Amino acid sequence: MDAPTIVTSELPLADLAQKLRPAAAVPPELAGAPTADDVEPPSAQETAPRALFEDKYHRSTGRFADRVFRLATGSCAAVVASLILVVVLYMVKGSVPAFRDHGLGAIISPVWDPTNQKYGALAFLFGTAYTSLIGMAIALPLAVLTAVALVEILPSGLAKVLSLAVELLAAIPSVLLGLWGIFELVPLVRRFEISIYKSPLGLRRLPIFSGAPLGVGFLAAGLLLAIMALPFILSVSREVLLQVPRAQREAAYALGATRWQAIRKFILPYSWKGIFGASLLGLARVLGETMAVTMVIGNTPQIKASLFASGYTLASVIANEFTEAPSDLAISALISLGLILLLLSVTLNAAARIMLFYLNRSAGAPQVAK
Amino acid sequence: MTSRSLALAALATILLAPAAFAQTTNLSGAGGTFIFPLASKWFTEYNKLNPKIQINYQSIGSGGGIRQFSVEQTVDFGETDGPMSDQQLKDSKVQPVMHFPMALGGVVPVYNLPGLSLKFSGPTLASIFLGEIAMWYDAAIAKDNPGVKLPAEPITVVHRADGSGTTYTFVDFLSKVSPEFQKKVGVGTSVTWPVGLGGKGNEGVSGMVKQTPGSIGYVELIYALQTKIEYAPVKNASGEYLNASLDTVSAAAATAQIPADYRVSITNPPGKGAYPIATFTWILATPSMQDKAKKQALHDFLVWAVTKGQDYTKDLGYAPLPKSVAQMELKDIGKMK
Repeated sequence: MDAPTIVTSELPLADLAQKLRPAAAVPPELAGAPTADDVEPPSAQETAPRALFEDKYHRSTGRFADRVFRLATGSCAAVVASLILVVVLYMVKGSVPAFRDHGLGAIISPVWDPTNQKYGALAFLFGTAYTSLIGMAIALPLAVLTAVALVEILPSGLAKVLSLAVELLAAIPSVLLGLWGIFELVPLVRRFEISIYKSPLGLRRLPIFSGAPLGVGFLAAGLLLAIMALPFILSVSREVLLQVPRAQREAAYALGATRWQAIRKFILPYSWKGIFGASLLGLARVLGETMAVTMVIGNTPQIKASLFASGYTLASVIANEFTEAPSDLAISALISLGLILLLLSVTLNAAARIMLFYLNRSAGAPQVAK
Repeated sequence: MTSRSLALAALATILLAPAAFAQTTNLSGAGGTFIFPLASKWFTEYNKLNPKIQINYQSIGSGGGIRQFSVEQTVDFGETDGPMSDQQLKDSKVQPVMHFPMALGGVVPVYNLPGLSLKFSGPTLASIFLGEIAMWYDAAIAKDNPGVKLPAEPITVVHRADGSGTTYTFVDFLSKVSPEFQKKVGVGTSVTWPVGLGGKGNEGVSGMVKQTPGSIGYVELIYALQTKIEYAPVKNASGEYLNASLDTVSAAAATAQIPADYRVSITNPPGKGAYPIATFTWILATPSMQDKAKKQALHDFLVWAVTKGQDYTKDLGYAPLPKSVAQMELKDIGKMK
């Protein structure tokens, strides 16, 4: 487990390895406890069923099939890789006119004025960052604590029902969430904002609570994003927690740990990297979300610290203005916004990986597992 | 004959057969979303009358319609809610481009002040959407609404966030009645609003207006009629406060001066009984089409659309073309022959 995404891709493999194990020549008691570390896919494949294919006939057909298989998998991988390349190339090529016309101003200018051909991205960049931050700040603790409850605390029947409900949450189309946002969430948020506005403590003088209580804006968008990211973070975190070896838990309780101590000292340290990966997945969902945010954020390109202010995101403005873009330069500017969004998400992902890498090296975590 | 040549012959028959049987003429068009419900109705009805003519239409937006027709030349006709600009006509790879008005739409102000029925003059609306009138009890609103007790509430402006012909028509009107609006905001499918919230689509704007007390926005007349939301009368050039209806919108086209190329904004027209925030929606076509069969089919369809086809407009919430405009168009459609 050295990179966050591998955690997710390892799950089915680990599962497969578990299923293969009974067929293995090695008796289960010799194989040792199935900790996540020794469920290395190659060992599971090599130890067990090889004897079956030792004769000459099987070896020659096997070699041919191997070649076909390699070709098939290889070309699939090539198609995927070239897809990414094609999209990136299109965006780079498409945004050239905007960058040529505006220079660096295309990124750092906060002015977006299509009538006067001024296209600056800063307000949208801010909106995307701010709403994602709000969404993640709400979703992450909620998801991780719920995952702990599902795996460690609740009775398994109830946990299963809850997990299913969470997965259903992920299946709601974002347009529907957006509509629900306009008609249910926004009025609720407005009521909250009015209560802050009228609060005798003078809370509305705080910069993050300033402005008119309209309901639509950063807070409403952030809440919707939290709802959307939640199932992703939650279900991956749950899988990660389930991967914690039984022995780990039992050892904790055997040492006399209370449940809180066991979770805090033995289980979470073992899985924090996986949870980090889960939150990256959630973040990816949140950064690119378009429809639902568009419906509740107010679509005003402005940079304001207040949670109650209306804003605009990169994805929203692209969706809103692409079909009726008044000029070629406008289209190019919109494509450049897409490129900026892509760069933002690539940068965040890379930063997270680099951070993980250094943390790994310096701390040698997970300390308890080894 | 060898078996191979037999197989080849069979293949050739299969491939060529459809061409031999059907001489279906396929026309393709692309453009605004506003016309889409009417256009689909038209194309099905027209296909029933002329089974050999198939018309496909993609509602990708007016900007896309203009581009696909005049620059990329991927469609036989375009469609737009706003006429092509002089620059666009100059840049067009298709020459000459003709504009044919097909129907009319209107834009209406909607607001959320329970229990009050308001009406607006153009300059008042312009000041509200500029953010200069910030409270409902403003003197300008009071002047439009004598005897109405206006609340001491702030106004929340709601506008379209997506680029749209609806916005174009609305700001076109406001720019005509207020030089200041013209200077500060200007005319376009998406403009920079000094104040307010943006909603996506008619439903986004009307949703936000419904949800926000003290708000005001604008939606397409069709949308307001279909969803039965109340909208405000607007003062026209001859001083009447008129409610938008299919008849008053048609009247706007009847009283406006129509130039020979039909590229005209009919907002704020002179004359009585004309609702001031109205627009044509145009089909773009060219008499220089290469394919004779397609050209004939498009000509025939256009003739039908401005005559019999107009019977379908009202049911779907569109204002029909005034007789005078349809008569004038028939002559120009003749050039497509």
